[in-house]
Amino acid sequence: MTALAPLPTRKSEAWRYADIAALTRVWDDLAAPEEIAVPAGESRAMIIDTLPPSGIVRFDVTVGDSATFALHALVANADYGRVEIRATLGRGAHFELGGAILGNGDQTLEIVTETIHAAPNGTSNQVVRQVLAGKATGTYMGKVAVARDAQKTDAAQSVKAMLLAPGATANAKPELEIYADDVKCAHGATVGELDKAALFYMASRGLPPEVAQRLMLQAFIADAFVGMGDDAAREAIEAKALGILEGLA
Amino acid sequence: MLKITNLHATVADKPILKGLDLAINAGEIHAIMGPNGAGKSTLANVLGGRPGYEVTDGSAIFDGQDLLDLDPHARAAAGLFLGFQYPVEIPGVSNVQFLRESLNAQRGSRGEAPLSGGDFLRLAKEKAALLKMDMDMLKRPVNVGFSGGEKKRNEMVQMGILDPKLAILDETDSGLDIDALRTVGAGINAIMRSPDKAVLLITHYQRLLDYVKPDFVHVLADGRIVKTGGPELAHQLEEEGYEAVAA
Repeated sequence: MTALAPLPTRKSEAWRYADIAALTRVWDDLAAPEEIAVPAGESRAMIIDTLPPSGIVRFDVTVGDSATFALHALVANADYGRVEIRATLGRGAHFELGGAILGNGDQTLEIVTETIHAAPNGTSNQVVRQVLAGKATGTYMGKVAVARDAQKTDAAQSVKAMLLAPGATANAKPELEIYADDVKCAHGATVGELDKAALFYMASRGLPPEVAQRLMLQAFIADAFVGMGDDAAREAIEAKALGILEGLA
Repeated sequence: MLKITNLHATVADKPILKGLDLAINAGEIHAIMGPNGAGKSTLANVLGGRPGYEVTDGSAIFDGQDLLDLDPHARAAAGLFLGFQYPVEIPGVSNVQFLRESLNAQRGSRGEAPLSGGDFLRLAKEKAALLKMDMDMLKRPVNVGFSGGEKKRNEMVQMGILDPKLAILDETDSGLDIDALRTVGAGINAIMRSPDKAVLLITHYQRLLDYVKPDFVHVLADGRIVKTGGPELAHQLEEEGYEAVAA
C-alpha cells in the first residue's frame, strides 16, 4: 500500500527535525503506518533491532482495555532513521516504549511518539537514551494526550542524551496535552557528556579510555531496555547495541 | 621503587607543587601529612595522571619507568594504585564487572592471560571478606548509594583485587568510624605489607598510623617536603601542630 499523504515539511511539528531530503527519496514507496490492535486483556511486544532499508518504521496501535503493548527499538545504522508510533490506550491499558538512538557521522535519527490516553486508568512509560557522535542529530518527540475522562492516567517520559562530540545535536521534546484533572504525567530530559571524573576513576584502575567509555555508555543505554520482559531478547538487543556503540567514539 | 625529584606542578596555572623530592623503596610505608592546601591531594593526582594537573618540572621514576610519561591506565598496569579521597559513583556498572574488566585489562597489557569469571569471583570474595564487605555490595553499581565509609572500604577491596606494587592512598581514613578504620588499616597491612610492595599514605590525622605503622613520616607544606622523620613525627605533629613542627 502506498502512502497517499503529501510529503511532510518541517513546518509539521512531528517532522520538525526530520531529514526531508532523505524522506523525499523514500516517501512514495513508504507504506502507511502499520496498524496493530491489541485485544482487551492481551499483551503484545515488538522489538526493532534493525531498521528497514527506508530507515522508517511507523505504527498506529490501539491498545484495548487492560491490554499492554511494548515497543523496544534500536534506532541506528541509517542516514535517516525514524521510529514513529501512535498508541491509543483503552481503560487500564499500558504502553511501554524503550528506545536507544545511537548516531554517528551525519546521521539524523528520531523517535516520535503520540500517546493518547483515551480512557481512565491507563499507564504509559517511555524511556529513550541517545548516544550521539560525529555530527549526528538525535531527536525524541513525545506527545502525551490525556482525554477529559481519562482520569487516573499515569504517564512517564524519560529522555537522556549523551553527546560524544561537539558537533553532535540532541533534541528532546516531551509534550503534554491534558484535559483530565486527576492524572500523573512525569517527564524529564537531560543532555550531557560522559562524566570525566568517572572516566579518570576507571582509568586509574587500569581501564583504557575506550573500554571505560564503552562500559559507561552500555550502562547508560541499558535503561532503555530494562522494561523488557524477555531476558533473552533483552540480551540480544543489548549485544547489538554494544556492537554499534563500539563503532561510535 | 618510586623516586620523585624536584617535582613542580600547577592546577589551572596555579603552582601547587614547588620542588618536591621523595624516594620510596620496596618494603616501605610512607606517610605524608600536612595542612590543608599544602599539595597533598595534588601529589596523588599528579602521580595518578588526573587531567588538569600539569607537571611543569621534575620527574617521577617508578620501577625504572618515567611515570609521568604514561597514560593513567598504563600507570595502573605498571603497578600503581590510587586510592581516591572521593571515590566516584558509576551508575549502571557493577563493581564486579568493573573490576574484572580492569584487572583483565591490566593483565592483558602485561602479557598475562585474563582471569576466568569463576577465578575472578573467588578472588573478589576473598578480598571482600578481608575488608568485611558484603559480597552483595560487590554486585551493586560502583559506589552508588554507598556511605562514605563503604566507599573507602570498596577502594581497599579494589586494591586487594588489583594487587598493585605501589599504593598511593589519598585520605583513605577520612569518613571512617573507629571500627571501619581498624578494618581498613588491617586491610592495608594484609594487602600491601610486603618486601616487594610500598605504600604512600596521605592523611591529616595520626589515627590511621596507629593501625598502619609508617617507616617514614613527611611533612608537606607549601608544595615541598619540609621535614622527614619516623613514626614519632606524626605524634609530634598531632601534639604541636603543623606550624610549630614545620617551621
